[in-house]
Amino acid sequence: MNSSRILTRLASPRTGGLLALAILIALLPLALPNRYFYDVAILVGLNAIVCVGLNLLIGYAGQISLGHAGFFGLGAYGSAILATRYGWPPLAALLATTVAVALLAFIVGRPILRLKGHYLAMATLGLGIIIFMVLTTEDKFTGGPDGISVVPFRIGAFALQGEHIWYWVVGVLLLLAVWLALNLIESPTGRALRALHSSEVGAEVVGINAAEHKLMVFVISAVFASVAGSLGAHYSGFVTPSKAAFLHSIELVTMVVFGGLASTYGAVVGAAVLTTLPQLLTSFEDYEMMVFGALMIGTMVFLPRGVVPSIARLLASRRKAVPDDKADGK
Amino acid sequence: MSAQFMQYLLTGLTVGAIYALVALGFSIIFNASHVINFAQGEFVMIGGMATVWLVAAGLPYLPAILLAIAAAALVGLALEKFAIEPARDASVVTLIIITIGASIFLRGLAMVVWDKGFHALKPFTGDTPIAIGGATILPQSLWVLGVTLVIVLALSWFFGRTLLGKAMLATSHNRLAAQLVGINVRMVLFLSFGLSAALGAIAGILIAPITATSYDVGIMLGLKGFAAAILGGLGSGIGAVVGGLVLGIAETMSAGYLSSAYKDAIAFVIILVVLFFMPSGLFGRRGGERV
Amino acid sequence: MSLLRVDGLEKKFGGVNAVEELSFEIRPGAVFSIIGPNGAGKTTLLNLLTGVYKPSAGRIEFDGHDLTGRAPHEYARHGIARTFQNLQIFFNMSALENVMVGRYMQERCGLMAALLHSPRLARAERACREDAAELMRYVGLQDYLSAASDAMPYGALKRLEIARALATRPKLMLLDEPAAGLNPTEVLELDDLIGKLTGRGVTVVLVEHNMRLVMGVSDHILVLDYGRKLAEGPAQAVRNDPRVIEAYLGSSATHDGSFGDAVAKAVAVGVEMHR
Repeated sequence: MNSSRILTRLASPRTGGLLALAILIALLPLALPNRYFYDVAILVGLNAIVCVGLNLLIGYAGQISLGHAGFFGLGAYGSAILATRYGWPPLAALLATTVAVALLAFIVGRPILRLKGHYLAMATLGLGIIIFMVLTTEDKFTGGPDGISVVPFRIGAFALQGEHIWYWVVGVLLLLAVWLALNLIESPTGRALRALHSSEVGAEVVGINAAEHKLMVFVISAVFASVAGSLGAHYSGFVTPSKAAFLHSIELVTMVVFGGLASTYGAVVGAAVLTTLPQLLTSFEDYEMMVFGALMIGTMVFLPRGVVPSIARLLASRRKAVPDDKADGK
Repeated sequence: MSAQFMQYLLTGLTVGAIYALVALGFSIIFNASHVINFAQGEFVMIGGMATVWLVAAGLPYLPAILLAIAAAALVGLALEKFAIEPARDASVVTLIIITIGASIFLRGLAMVVWDKGFHALKPFTGDTPIAIGGATILPQSLWVLGVTLVIVLALSWFFGRTLLGKAMLATSHNRLAAQLVGINVRMVLFLSFGLSAALGAIAGILIAPITATSYDVGIMLGLKGFAAAILGGLGSGIGAVVGGLVLGIAETMSAGYLSSAYKDAIAFVIILVVLFFMPSGLFGRRGGERV
Repeated sequence: MSLLRVDGLEKKFGGVNAVEELSFEIRPGAVFSIIGPNGAGKTTLLNLLTGVYKPSAGRIEFDGHDLTGRAPHEYARHGIARTFQNLQIFFNMSALENVMVGRYMQERCGLMAALLHSPRLARAERACREDAAELMRYVGLQDYLSAASDAMPYGALKRLEIARALATRPKLMLLDEPAAGLNPTEVLELDDLIGKLTGRGVTVVLVEHNMRLVMGVSDHILVLDYGRKLAEGPAQAVRNDPRVIEAYLGSSATHDGSFGDAVAKAVAVGVEMHR
């Protein structure tokens, strides 16, 4: 391969972007002074994994979910209960939980995704809240509002404990999640999703089964959320129902929209900014809610496409000769 | 009819009336703008909290109530002006996030201006329970039912008989046509928010003596009011009222006879069931898509 | 042997019978036009023939398969493609990508293959791109190969929809008012394109108001009025049918003077063009 081809490949979101993200993840620890920062980074990573999946649903397929924290919570509690209460090996618990959540998403997704717009939003909201209420109420299993503690993640004799190890685990998994998402987006399936976002009937008449595609993305995004939830449970060592709360669902959607709809890296950026923001705002503790709410409104009013696509556009308009795939915003 | 059943019925009607008022607020805004205002519950909160605060500051009851309603209406107008209007043609997702953001903002504001505690409002006419058919009902509940009835009648007169009301109805049916006959649809939108906010505030003031109010009562009340609106058919006035009453009764009955732990879940189960099987609700318009 | 057969088709919307007791057949290789005054049910009929609407009654049989009540993507899978009166272009992608989406049915990859992005997929993508570019050139969009769809003029977008529909390798192509909004030169180009399509073996069904075009390209015409068949037959016969002329008097179709007059002119021009 000659140098110009290498450069073109580097400029593409998949190769170049992944490389940049990998480098960022590898070098970030140099800038993190203590365990607290590692903790924040890990939270960012976990949220980012959920957001990458959620972005496929909201940004690419054009649907919406105001209840995704429900899947995150189910993943967390599933792993927690199976591994802690029933002594399952954590890896088996993770897999079993993921399969169960995928199945739930598949079953519930069919009727829910027949709805559109506000109705879809409300149905997913209802689902998320029902999950939250079940987790809070069935305290025999879930420990009720106080939650339960979770055993560390063990593979054989090796236990994953401590911020440093988890940082790398989450970092690698985030790279994997982004890679999978980008692969999907750039495949014919990804094009089909974007088509159905733009015009569902237009997509249907070229042979795209809209219902099937929407369901597929819904399940995939639920799986991403569930896995992140399971990992988060093992990392923190405990789970509470707040992981499945409506507020968490809203935070996730805001991260996706803020970062940029139909932008995988945007989802990562959104997760990063909106996870760290509350930490920065602790000095404004009382005003935190106001700032967050104002931020949500402000972003939607002034940057409706989200941060990353807006920046990409700005850069694209500065440079006249730009390859086509930049303008599509990956 | 057993006394217990009567009790549940009365409680259910009271709570249902509140849901009906909140649902009406949702429907009015939805009709004017096709926006689902997630901040509706915060108007309820503002009504209650502001009244408590004004009364504590020394104002007599009635002026405090009126001022609180006015304040909520102003907040509603501000919401429309600063959050909804700039994003007029935005997508559903965007609008949803904006109103949720507004709700979070208002809650944060309430937390700062007032506090995080629970506050009770003195009942309008005392708190000696009245006996009806073996059950008891608080005088405040009678106020709730009475005021709600008056409001529903007033609204049907307003929308059916006054020019402004008819203009608002016209806008909800066909915005473009309304504009073409000279109706100022922006003003209609503006007023809808103000009106809905006032309705929410009244609900909040009515219920505050029965269930204490706090900076975050808006969340659940808003969501349940929304469930009632969906049940009745989003955009339908009758639907909002019927939906609210049905939801209230269903909640109390199931809490009483089945399990009280999942009382709050009833509303959300209803949302799912209605959306799956009867998306336009009991009284809503059935629409098809024209390609 | 008919390609498409419609029997007793009906579509009700509330109390309105948009389409009533409609039966007709389409032979392969023909250009079949559907005309009628506004509100006659032409677009409703197209929607029924592509699964976008489900019939209230009746039967639709395509290429020997009963497709009544199936979903739109199934109609597409059997080889029916269409364009839309109000364009359904995917404005969130480039022009080329719009056509590439049309190739979805040939390209379908499994979920695993998509997630893992096999090298086979990369090669298939390149082939897809080339094929799409070829189709764009075929319909005359060679100047827009690297254009964004939201930067294209209306006439080009109409042709883009045709390219996208062609990408599905259809046996039957339904064009919903393709000449609407086109200037006379563009209409002539459209006439040419329709000829190319039939040359390629695609049966074309045209819903149109532009009588010149209709008379020029059609082998067979179906006239609808109030959702019912008013007349059917070869172009000449339909033009002279007094019921058809009466239905159109005072309509807002795209011509001056009485219908019969305009039709006569159109037939003359059409005959002239095909000399």
